[in-house]
Order: sequence, then C-alpha cells, then structure tokens
Amino acid sequence: MEQIVETKDLTKTYNGFTAVDRLNLTIKEGEIFGFLGPNGAGKTTTLLMLLGLTEPSSGTVQVCGYNPTREPLKVKSIVGYLPEKVGFYEDLTARQNLSYTAELNNLPRREAAERISELLATVGLSQVADQEVSTFSRGMKQRLGIADIWVKKPKLAFLDEATSGIDPEGIDDVLKLVKSMGKKGITVVFCSHQLHQVQEICTRVGILAKGHLVAEGEIDRLGRRTIGGGRYRIEAQVAQLKPKLVDSIKEVKGVMEVQVSGNSLLISCDKDLRGQIAKTIVDSGSLLLGMKIEEYSLERIYKKYSKEA
Amino acid sequence: MYAVFRKEIADHLSSKRFGILFTLVLLAAMFATYVAVQNIRSVVTVDTEFVFLKIFTTSGETLPSFLSFLSLFIPMVGIALGFDAINSERASGNLSRLLSQPIYRDSLINGKFLAGLAILGIILASVIALVSGLGLRIVGVPPNSEEVLRLVAFVLLSIIYGAFWMALAVLFSVFFDRTATSMLASVALWIFFFFFVSMIAGAIADARVPIDQNSSVEMVTKNFEIEGMIGRISPCALYGEATSALLTPELGSLNMALMWISTLTGRMLTPLPFSQSLLLVWPQVVSIIALAAICFAVSYIRFMRREIRSI
Repeated sequence: MEQIVETKDLTKTYNGFTAVDRLNLTIKEGEIFGFLGPNGAGKTTTLLMLLGLTEPSSGTVQVCGYNPTREPLKVKSIVGYLPEKVGFYEDLTARQNLSYTAELNNLPRREAAERISELLATVGLSQVADQEVSTFSRGMKQRLGIADIWVKKPKLAFLDEATSGIDPEGIDDVLKLVKSMGKKGITVVFCSHQLHQVQEICTRVGILAKGHLVAEGEIDRLGRRTIGGGRYRIEAQVAQLKPKLVDSIKEVKGVMEVQVSGNSLLISCDKDLRGQIAKTIVDSGSLLLGMKIEEYSLERIYKKYSKEA
Repeated sequence: MYAVFRKEIADHLSSKRFGILFTLVLLAAMFATYVAVQNIRSVVTVDTEFVFLKIFTTSGETLPSFLSFLSLFIPMVGIALGFDAINSERASGNLSRLLSQPIYRDSLINGKFLAGLAILGIILASVIALVSGLGLRIVGVPPNSEEVLRLVAFVLLSIIYGAFWMALAVLFSVFFDRTATSMLASVALWIFFFFFVSMIAGAIADARVPIDQNSSVEMVTKNFEIEGMIGRISPCALYGEATSALLTPELGSLNMALMWISTLTGRMLTPLPFSQSLLLVWPQVVSIIALAAICFAVSYIRFMRREIRSI
C-alpha cells in the first residue's frame, strides 16, 4: 500500500503553545486509521494542517502527493472533512445543502443531482432529502456530513469525533458508513474518544499525547508490545486439573503462553482457540466449568501510552 | 467565488429579512413621494430648472423628504445585510465545512460582500426607480438629461454609502462571535454617527466660538466652519452633504456659512452644472469609498489571518 499521508517533524505553535510537536505520521492508502488522544492532544490541529486550513510552524506534510500549504485547492478537492460540530444551512433541505457542496466542487449540475440522490440513499436520508436540515437529529446531520464528504469523491476522509453526541443506533449507522467508505477504497482517518468504536473499525491507530505521537501501528502489534502475549487471552475455569493438562494445551498450535491461577488457566494465543482448548481439557479428563475470551483492549493500550506520555 | 455569490444572492432574495427591508424602504419612499407631491407647488416657480429632482428633496411641514428617509434607511439595510455574514457561519458550524471545500478562504468573504452589495443595489435602484416613476406620473414633468445623470450619481452614491455600513457590519461579524453583539455594535456606531456627532460638533463649535443673534457674520462663519469640519468625521454627514449637492444643483457650495448667508439674504446661488456638482462632492464620495474600503480591508485581513479553530 502506498502512503497517502506523510508528515515529517510537523509542528504547530499557537502563541507560544506547541499544539503539535515534531509529528512523524504515515497513513497508508485504503486503511481506516484511528487517530486517538485526549482533548487538546493536537488531533484536530493535525487534521487542519493536513487539509491546508492551518499553516504548520515547521516540518513538512504531504497529502495524496500534494503539499497542503502550497496546493490547498488540490488537497481539498480530493480530501473530505467532517468536523466535530458539523453544521449545515438549517433553512435549506439536505439536497440543497449537498447541491451547494457540489457547486463548490465544480461538479456539473446533472451529474451532481444524480450523485446526490445516490448518496442520500446510501446514508439513509432519501425520505427526508427535501426536508429542511433544521428538522434533523444530530445523528442524521452526521450521516448528511458523510454524504457531504462523499459528494466530491474523495480519496481521503478525515472524520473528527464523528460519533460524539449521537444515540447508539445513530452510532451504528455512522460506523457502518465509515466501514463502507473503507470498502469503497477511501482512506479514512477516524478521530474518536470512543476506543471500542476505533477498535471495531480501524486497522491501525496513532496515539497522540501533548502534541507527540506516542504510539503508531496495528492494534495487535501495539497490544503485544504493551501488554505482551498474543492477541487473545482465554480464561478457562477447570475442576480436577490434571498435571499434564498445561503441557497439552501448550502443544496446541497458536498457543503462546499458559499460566495457572488457582482453578483458572490463563492462555495467551494469536487466534480464537476456544474449541481446541476445550477439547484438550476434556480429553485430559479434567472438568471444564467455564471459558471466556478477551481481545487486546485498545483502552488498555491507550491508557498505558497516555500515562507514559 | 461565484458559487458563494450565487448562493448568498439566493439566500437574501428568499429571506424574510429582505422582504421586510424592501417593504419598509418602499413604504417610506412612497410616503415621502406623497409628501413631496403635496408640497411641491410651494417650492416650484416658473423659473425652477430642476423640477423633477424636487420629488426627492421636498419635505412637508413636519414630514421629511425622500432623501432624509433614505439617509435613515440605508445604514439599516447595510447593517442588516452584513452583521451576521461571518459569525453566523461560525456559530452554525458551517465555516470549517465550507472552508474544507476547494475554495480559497477569501472567496467566502468576497462572495458574501459582493452579494450584499448586489442586493443593496437592487433595493436602492428599484426604490429610486419606483419613486421616479411615481413622481413622473403625478408631477407630469419628465426629467431632463442632467436630472437623469444626477439621479444615477445619487443611486451610485447611495450604494457606496450602504456598502460602507455593510462593510462595517461585516467587520463586526468577523470580530465578534455572537451575531447579537455585532448587530448591537453596528447600530451603536450608527446612532453615534447619525445623532451624536452633529450634537458634539455643534457643542464644540459653540464652545470655541460662541454666537448669538448679535454675532458678526465673521463669528457665525467661523462657528459654522468648525461645526462642519467636526461633523465630517461622520459618514452620515458626508452622505448628507454629497446627496444634497447632487439633488440640489442650486447648492453651489457645501460651506454651511455660505448657505446660511444665502438663506439670510434670500438669494439662491446659481445652479451648478452636473460636472461642477460632481467636483463639489468628490471629496465626500472619496471619503465614503475610503471608509468602506478600510472597513472591508480590516475584516478581510482579520478573517484571513485567524486560525480556523478560532474562526
């Protein structure tokens, strides 16, 4: 995969305060990248620099092969941005709002009209397409925001806290749309505090703290580095624990580590091996009382890096 | 920028605000025309050269002329078109979404300003055309070419004056986050320029050169000069002087003292040709253009230099 975003020592200082400090970030084409960090970590400032809306104090940035500071229009014509508090003209309908975006993107009127109808159907707003946006819920506005990004057929989309303030159903809708963006080949940078959402849809993450990128990579790899062991942790409660059971489980392909804690076995592995492990326990003559599986929690990874920062 | 301009024009034309403003100005204009038509006989003699222009300048005993009405309403229209130009976009969360589209940042402020200017032009040109038409029908005297030229200059000057108030309102909309604050600031400044500057100018002039009924012509002239000079810090005074000179060709000078003397002696000055009237009001016109340009330039620079996060 080619790099679609690359920053080198990117720095932004506002009135003596360094919001982003020597950021070296790489985002590959086609991935859904989770951009994490506490409030004030510099996520939005970074996005604004990537869009050419804010000039970096120092360092370099390349987005889709263009320098956003020198070629902002080229970048903005292929990059979509959904701000945290997305706003639309409340007295215009959803269709009229998108038509205006299409006009700003110089799309021919007929092509724009067809595309807007398709997009409104994609985001589930066909039935309210001709209603004023003032009647929309926040979730509907976020979906309209995603359609607004899609109007320009972007290569890259920045979604800044796209799910904040929406009800659970609305969140599901937005996450599905983000996934479908990814499937359609759009690279997505997804900024969020909702770590389980990031874990659900993102392939790689970057953690920003106090303007520094403290971690970047695939969630598995970060988890292994931070927490150790494999991606999954299986806890099996066993009665009549046989002495050879631990050795038998260790022989199961994919098992990385086995620990005994009272009647519980803590097994670290790369895949979901619950079936094989259960069979091994039963075959050994031990009694399996219960079993649960845990994946690396992004929350744990995030907390660790944030704390270190 | 054309897309922004088009959208803003469409927004203005379909807005309730435009409907209210247009109706208000139109009603005032009709009322003023009626007053002028009722009183025009008393100010026109067989020797009067510019009868048609009297429709715009004739007032009743207690009611003001069309020109006075317009002086009052133009700032209101200008302020109404500009006071929420930028801060309403910011408050609605539209600004960062708009600026992430492939347009230059200045396209937004330029498009909005030009659209406002176009609307101002539509309102003023159509109201003045309507009043002219109505006046023509009632008075029955068609305007001569010089009167037409003077009316065109009057329309242009009124648009420039409105542009100043709009630029001022846009400036406040860039500086203040709340639309209510920017509106209040614009209205406060209008009240200051419209009402207080002339009072302050009069008070200072009287303090420097006190005059009474027995004062010499020299003293009165000096007093009027001081008052006129201080009063000219107000764009309302500049517009008032310039429009008076354009619509009253007999006004051979903007010197208050000279006007006072001519009124006192009952002698009207010889009407000036259009080119001379234009020369007479040129400093006022340039001053209003400069004020509008300064206001717009400051708001432009501020808007362009502000970080998007704080925009």
